[in-house]
Amino acid sequence: MTAKPKFAMYWAASCGGCEIAVLNTHEKILDVDANFEVVFWPVAMDAKYKDVEAMEDGSILLTLWNGGIRNNENAEMAHLLRRKSQILVAFGSCACEGCIPGLANLSPLNEIFETAYHTVSTENPQNIHPQVSYPAPEGTLTLPTMNPVLKTLAQVVDVDYFMPGCPPESHQIAAVIDLVIQVVQGKAELPPKGSVIGCGDSTVCDECPRTRNVKAITAFKRIQDVAPLDPELCVLEQGVPCNGPATRSGCNARCPRAGAQCIGCYGPADDVIDYGARLITAFASVVDAREPAEIEAILDGIPDPTGQFYRFNLADSLLRAGKGAAMSRPNAITSGGKP
Amino acid sequence: MSQKITIEPVTRIEGHAKVTIRMKDDGSVERAYLHINEFRGFEKFCEGRPYFEMPSITPRICGICPVSHHLAAAKAADDLQGSPAPRPAHLLRDLMHMGQIIQSHGMHFFELSGPDLLLGFDADPATRNVVGLVGAAPEITLKAVRLRKFGQEIIRILGGRRLHPVFAVPGGVNKALQPVERDTILAGVDEAIEAVRIGLGIMRDWAERNAEDIRKFAVFPSGYMSMVTPEDGLELYDGDIRLVDRTGSQLEKFPGGSYLDIIAEHVEPWSYLKFPYYKKMSFPEGVYRVGPLGRLNAVSHIPTPLAQEEFKTYRAINNGAPVENTLYFHYARLIETLFAIERVRELCADPDILSTDILNTRRDYRGEGVGVLEAPRGTLIHHYKADETGKLTSVNLIVATGHNNWAMSKAVDSVAKTYITGGEVKEGMLNRVEAAVRAHDPCLSCSTHAIGQMPIQIEMVAPGGEIIQTITRD
Repeated sequence: MTAKPKFAMYWAASCGGCEIAVLNTHEKILDVDANFEVVFWPVAMDAKYKDVEAMEDGSILLTLWNGGIRNNENAEMAHLLRRKSQILVAFGSCACEGCIPGLANLSPLNEIFETAYHTVSTENPQNIHPQVSYPAPEGTLTLPTMNPVLKTLAQVVDVDYFMPGCPPESHQIAAVIDLVIQVVQGKAELPPKGSVIGCGDSTVCDECPRTRNVKAITAFKRIQDVAPLDPELCVLEQGVPCNGPATRSGCNARCPRAGAQCIGCYGPADDVIDYGARLITAFASVVDAREPAEIEAILDGIPDPTGQFYRFNLADSLLRAGKGAAMSRPNAITSGGKP
Repeated sequence: MSQKITIEPVTRIEGHAKVTIRMKDDGSVERAYLHINEFRGFEKFCEGRPYFEMPSITPRICGICPVSHHLAAAKAADDLQGSPAPRPAHLLRDLMHMGQIIQSHGMHFFELSGPDLLLGFDADPATRNVVGLVGAAPEITLKAVRLRKFGQEIIRILGGRRLHPVFAVPGGVNKALQPVERDTILAGVDEAIEAVRIGLGIMRDWAERNAEDIRKFAVFPSGYMSMVTPEDGLELYDGDIRLVDRTGSQLEKFPGGSYLDIIAEHVEPWSYLKFPYYKKMSFPEGVYRVGPLGRLNAVSHIPTPLAQEEFKTYRAINNGAPVENTLYFHYARLIETLFAIERVRELCADPDILSTDILNTRRDYRGEGVGVLEAPRGTLIHHYKADETGKLTSVNLIVATGHNNWAMSKAVDSVAKTYITGGEVKEGMLNRVEAAVRAHDPCLSCSTHAIGQMPIQIEMVAPGGEIIQTITRD
C-alpha cells in the first residue's frame, strides 16, 4: 500500500475563520483524513515547528496557508512550508490580498504600537512597549519582530494557487478538496499554476438574484437608514454602496441574499486590475448628477473611500502593493459547481 | 543540567503562542512564561472608518467568535448614535449569540480539549487529536459535530452565513425571523441538549479518574467577572457586570459603559497582549478571571432549569466558594452550553421573536458608545468615539482572552513547576503545560487584534540564557 499524500494547514496573521470554514465542511473533513496524512495543523493536532523542519523538502503534497505576513515568524514559516510543499495555496482573503488587517498599511508601525499601548484603558506611565528581546531576571525572552507593513503570501514566497474569500465558502472548499483527491487518484489534472481556484470567474452581481432596473440614485445611504431593504431590488440601486460589481463571484451572493450589501470579501473579479478603480466606475454609473457640486454632495455619502474601495485588498492593491502583485494572477479556474 | 524548553507552537488552541520554561540547575523550573506572539493593529486602523461599518469590520478580529465582535460592535454603535434597538432586535441578537456560544463551546470541549480528556494527557501525540477521537469514539464525535452544526445553523439562519455574519446594524437588525426558520431551530434543541448531557457524563467520569490532576493542576485564587441579570443570574448578552473577589463577595456591579472606572490594562515587555486588572486593587493584586469558570464563580445562579441543576453540583465542588481549579473550566463550559441551548428555546418561545419591529431609525447622536457582552471566552468590550461625520477617532477593544492573560500565564508557570521537577522531561508533561493554556480556550486571534499571533512554543533556558534542550514531540 502506498503512503497517503501529506496535508498541512497553517494560520499566520489572520482570524482563524479560514480554519473554521474548513471544519464547517463537516463530513468532508473525514475525506481529508481518509485521503491524506495530516502532518501539520496547529489548531487541530500536536505537530510542532521542529517536526516540519525535519520533513524532506517537497514531502507535503498540499498546504493551505491562511493569514498575511505580519512578522518575521510568519515569513519564516512561509519559507519553510514553501520548501516542504509541492502545492502551496494562498487560502482566504488575508493570504491572497491582506484582508482587513491590510488596512494597517495605512499607518506606520510606531503609530500602531503607540495606539495599542496607550488606549483609554491602558495604564502605562513608563511607556512600556513589548520588546523583541527582553532581559528578564531569569534570562532573555523573545518575541517575533513586526514587519513595517502586512504582506500577502505571494509577496513573500512563490504561490501555486489562490483561493479567495473571507472566509472561503465551505462548498467551495469541499469542491477543491474533491479536485485534489481526484488529481491524486489520476482522475483529474491540476489547473495552471497561479490560477484563482474555488470561486467563479465573473462578479457577485452575476450571482445575485436581485433585479437591476438601471435606476439612477441621487444619494448614497447607510444600510440602517433604508433597512429593511427591498428584498427584490439591487442593493446599489437602493442607494446602499454595494461592492458586488467589482467583486469576484463564488459566494453565491450570500450577503445580498441575506439583506445586506456585498463588502467585497472575495476580492477583485477576473479582469479587474484595480479593485477600487473598478468600483468607483460602477458607483459613478448609477449616480444621477450633472453638476460637479451635485456629484460632490453625492460622494459625501461615502465618508471613508479607502475603507469602502480597498477594505479587503489594500495590501495587494496598486496603492500599497508589492511590485505587480495584483497583476500576477492568470485567469480564474472555477473548480466547484455553483450551488 | 539546566536548560530552556520551547514548545512551539502551542497546539490545539485558537491562534499563536509560545511558552518559555526557564530551568534551574537541578532541573526544576525557575519560571515559565506564556508569550502571545502576534499583533494586527485593529485599534489604529479602525480610526477613520465610519462607526457603522464596525459590525462588519470587527468580526475579522476573530473567526472563532465573529458573532461576539459583530454584536458588541452593533451595541457600541447603538449607543454612539443614540438609537437603542427595539426589544425584538435584542431577542434576535441574543439568539444569534447563543448559537455562537453553542458552536464555540462545543468545538472547544470536543475537538480541541476533547482529545486530552477522552484519550488522555499522555496519549500518543500523533493520534491525540480529533481524528484520533473519531477512531476511538465515533458516536460521540458525530454527536459533537452535530452540536456545532446546530449552533452554526442558528447563525446562518439569522445572518446569512455561518462566519462573519451580516445581521446586526446600529439600531437593530436587518432581517426578521420567519416562523419556519424558528421551527427549524426549535427542532434541534432536544438533540443538542442530549449531546451536552453526554459531554457532562464524559466530564464526570474524567473528573473521577483524574482527581489527582485536577487537585494539583493550576489551582489558585483570583477575582472573577461576569455579566449578570438584575438578580445576579448568568447573562451573556446584556446586563451589568459583576466583579467578585476570591471568596465570591461582590466588589463591584457596574454598567458596561463605566468600565473605565473599574478596570485598567497593564503592559509587560515580553508579551504583545496586555494584562487587565481591577483598578482599586492595582496590578497584579487586582487580577481576575473571566470565561466559563470566571462567570460561574461570579453569578449566584443560572436562570434556566437544567443548567441550574448542574450549577448546584458545580458550586458544591468547593462548598459554595469559587472553584479555583483551572481544569474545571471544561465543566463550567459545558454547563454554559446547556444554558445557551435552554435559552434558545426560551427566545424562540417569546412572542416578540417573530416581530418585524426590528430597527430603530431615530437618532440622538452622542459620538461615543460602549458595547459589552459575554463572548464565549469572557467579557468583551468595544468602545468607540467618532467625530460629527461618524468617522472614528478612537477605538478601544478589551477582548475576552485578554482578561485571562494573567491567569493563563499563572497557570502555565504553576503547571510547569508542578509537573517538571527534575529528571527527564517527558512529552506528557509539556502537553499538560499546553493544556493549562488550552483550558482557558484562549482566542489568540481576538487577543492579538492589536498585535500578534499564538501557536505556543516552549523553550527551556539555562541560567546562562542559552537554549540547552528543545523538547519536541516525536
